[in-house]
Amino acid sequence: MNKKKLLGAPYFIWSALFILIPLGIVFYYGLTDESGTFTLKNIMAISSPGHAKSLWIALVLSFVSTLICLFLAYPLAMILYGGCRPSQTGFKSDKSGTDRKNIIVLIFILPMWMNFLLRTLAWQTLLEKTGVINNILAFLHLPALKIINTPYAIILGMVYNFLPFMVLPVYNSLIKIDPNVIHAARDLGANEFQVFTKITLPLTTPGIISGITMVFIPALTTFLISKLLGGGKILLIGNVIEEEFTQASNWHLGSGLSIVLMMFIIFNMVISAVFDKDGNGGAL
Amino acid sequence: MSKILIDLKNINKAFDGQMVLDDLNLYIRENEFLTLLGPSGCGKTTTLRILGGFEMPDSGKVIFDGADITKLPPNKRQLNTVFQKYALFPHMTIAENIAFGLKIKNKSKSYIDDKIRYALKLVNLEGYEKRMPDSLSGGQQQRIAIARAIVNEPEVLLLDEPLGALDLKLRQDMQYELIRLKNELGITFIYVTHDQEEALTMSDTIVVMNQGYIQQIGTPEKIYNEPENAFVADFIGDSNIISSTMIEDKLVDILGTRFPCVDTGFGCNRPVDVVIRPEDVCLSAPDLGRINGVVTHLIFKGVHYEMEVSAAGYEWLVHSTSMFPVGTKVGINVDPFNIQIMNKPASEDEEAVGINE
Amino acid sequence: MIKSTVKKLYVALIFIFLYAPIATLIVLSFNASKTRAKWGGFTLSWYQALFLNEEIMQALFNTLLIALIASVTATFIGTIACISIMNLKKHTRTIIIGITNIPMLNADIVTGISLMLLFISAGLRFGMGTILLSHITFCIPYVILNVLPKMRQLNPYTYEAALDLGAGPVYAFIKVVLPEILPGILSGFLMAFTMSLDDFIITHFTKGAGVDTLSTKIYTEVKKGIKPEMYALSTIIFLTVLLLLLFVNRPPADRQKATH
Repeated sequence: MNKKKLLGAPYFIWSALFILIPLGIVFYYGLTDESGTFTLKNIMAISSPGHAKSLWIALVLSFVSTLICLFLAYPLAMILYGGCRPSQTGFKSDKSGTDRKNIIVLIFILPMWMNFLLRTLAWQTLLEKTGVINNILAFLHLPALKIINTPYAIILGMVYNFLPFMVLPVYNSLIKIDPNVIHAARDLGANEFQVFTKITLPLTTPGIISGITMVFIPALTTFLISKLLGGGKILLIGNVIEEEFTQASNWHLGSGLSIVLMMFIIFNMVISAVFDKDGNGGAL
Repeated sequence: MSKILIDLKNINKAFDGQMVLDDLNLYIRENEFLTLLGPSGCGKTTTLRILGGFEMPDSGKVIFDGADITKLPPNKRQLNTVFQKYALFPHMTIAENIAFGLKIKNKSKSYIDDKIRYALKLVNLEGYEKRMPDSLSGGQQQRIAIARAIVNEPEVLLLDEPLGALDLKLRQDMQYELIRLKNELGITFIYVTHDQEEALTMSDTIVVMNQGYIQQIGTPEKIYNEPENAFVADFIGDSNIISSTMIEDKLVDILGTRFPCVDTGFGCNRPVDVVIRPEDVCLSAPDLGRINGVVTHLIFKGVHYEMEVSAAGYEWLVHSTSMFPVGTKVGINVDPFNIQIMNKPASEDEEAVGINE
Repeated sequence: MIKSTVKKLYVALIFIFLYAPIATLIVLSFNASKTRAKWGGFTLSWYQALFLNEEIMQALFNTLLIALIASVTATFIGTIACISIMNLKKHTRTIIIGITNIPMLNADIVTGISLMLLFISAGLRFGMGTILLSHITFCIPYVILNVLPKMRQLNPYTYEAALDLGAGPVYAFIKVVLPEILPGILSGFLMAFTMSLDDFIITHFTKGAGVDTLSTKIYTEVKKGIKPEMYALSTIIFLTVLLLLLFVNRPPADRQKATH
């Protein structure tokens, strides 16, 4: 018994050294000033107009992106699931089910093998004034799209990059539903709409919640998407923190703002924990 | 009597501060079919796992053939186990499963092949060598699990509720199969189950356990006919357990009526529990029995009728091949040999331990 | 009928959305014009130039080396950690899994910063070593996340059955447990490898001057304009992975033919 527990020792030491202690250091820097005395000013700095604005923009953009991801992903997951729904007999061939699931997962993972930065930069090419999309629109005699270097382009970048993180957990929670539960609801007189609102939606809530977490957090904290598609004019809270570390070298302020950011993350995690009590609505 | 093969001495075991086995003492004879019987959580599986080496007792000793094996790891023990839900290796063929233990012992290929053929013949599954476990039915997987254990020629085979996952008919067939196997192999079987019928059918000796204590050890006949306490009586088969008073030797007062019995040594005017099996309650015309009552329920059970008779303030459970419709007035009689007297539990506590599962 | 057409159209649009940038990059890799705004005719010269570009080749080598070492190490540490996590008391297990989730749920930027501050505090020299430590750290959770469910599904008695039949603990693990959890280990490894390969943010904060991965190299090129060789390289990587995946996931019928 004890020998088995010992096998975990390398990881337990590793996670203490490289997960817990680093976070402790962030808190240390965030709660002290240059002389090492305790202060809350690095945290309160979030209320300065510039910082508050970048946090607000980040919140709005990531919130909108999360919503768009949810509304795009849910129907998509339903369609993908519908394709492998068991036949009337209620039997499902396990083999083809997992094969299909693997392929769907791969389709969404595959783009990750194209570098994240290049993928996002490609949108510049597509969205530019004389870019591919506007050429197509002009060909169709439609008005040109002028969203590059605007918040809309950032939202597009967020949705593009994080959509898979919404599709996969929702899809996973859909395929976990016992088809007989749906059949039973139909049998008891529910129509398709009622089946959706009373059965499918509640049963996929853990997937939705974990999808929201997995889209919202990276969107809220990104500094790359805004840099690449926002034309450098729109500063999100991520950009502010990044600059404090790489250019201004004010680690105390950067850490303080990171703590504020983490508070939002923890808030989000608490909400998902409340919705996903068994802790396995997880996505990947 | 054959010699004692395994001796469990003063075994204690607790999980997370919860006592599972409390000073358990038990010996097992060579060639015995011994069954550990009890409700879930009674400690029977823990006892088996201590024998197999999968759990270490907190204190106490496991003696095997004169040697202390308490601290010996499972792979060094002369015992093999047939696990709950079979535990076949799903990625290996049937032949590979059976050969597993023999390959570890570096047996020659021809020896292993012979053994596989012999074992499959023994469990009536010849020709299944190349199949995968998940292509077999539950009953077939169970036979393979047994074959995999016995090719190692263990001196003792431990069986942990091996028939639990099978349906009724198959379970009954497998009971005869196990008895046959035991006789052909001539080794000791230690069998864990919560099914009293299984225990009664197959065992030489039954150990009834509850809440970490051994309640009674004896032959199936003894356990059934002479339960030592209310728990055993209640757990093994249906029974009427009636709080009564022992007037003197061979005379007991049941619900205000005196019944002759055969037990002695309980003292005079002592409170006791009386066990009467439902098939031992004889119904007759009213006033021909010792107590009069009225039939309140009647169910046809196939081999017999099951009735409830309200008499002297107690609902008697009666099994009889003759039928008395609901509402019939009947007389109740019990043969003195069929009245089993048991001591009352010493305290309320012990009673709670005895009856609650 | 209409419903199914609408569904197909919807799926098609999403896939165009997901793959349009990738198609764009592939097209650009054959573009003779050096600016990405104009189509200057078809050329393969960027592919030739790519293999002569030492900086890119070095960055590619670094990226692959880091991803390989990080994911192999993470797979090893993570898998044996799972054995131990399974044997922990429920309370301790919850805490360990909670800590494991931190790098996945926390913002990459905070993880990157926290590791950077750690390495500075510890006085480590920034370079390959610090990148590796960071990548292993964020790779392990992906391994644990994939292996732990497989361990839970495992019939606990198969391991004991192997011991019962005379196998030692290590032999029993290799013969009986490992084959069952192998799919989890493999997918955990692949996920860790992918994450390491695609990472920019954490590398950005934990790399030293002079060491570049493909991501950080591209990042420095953003302002000056991306070298078309990069498009050629990512096209090669993408198509290689695509072909590999098609091969692995080809229909079962083909697979059988191939093995016989």
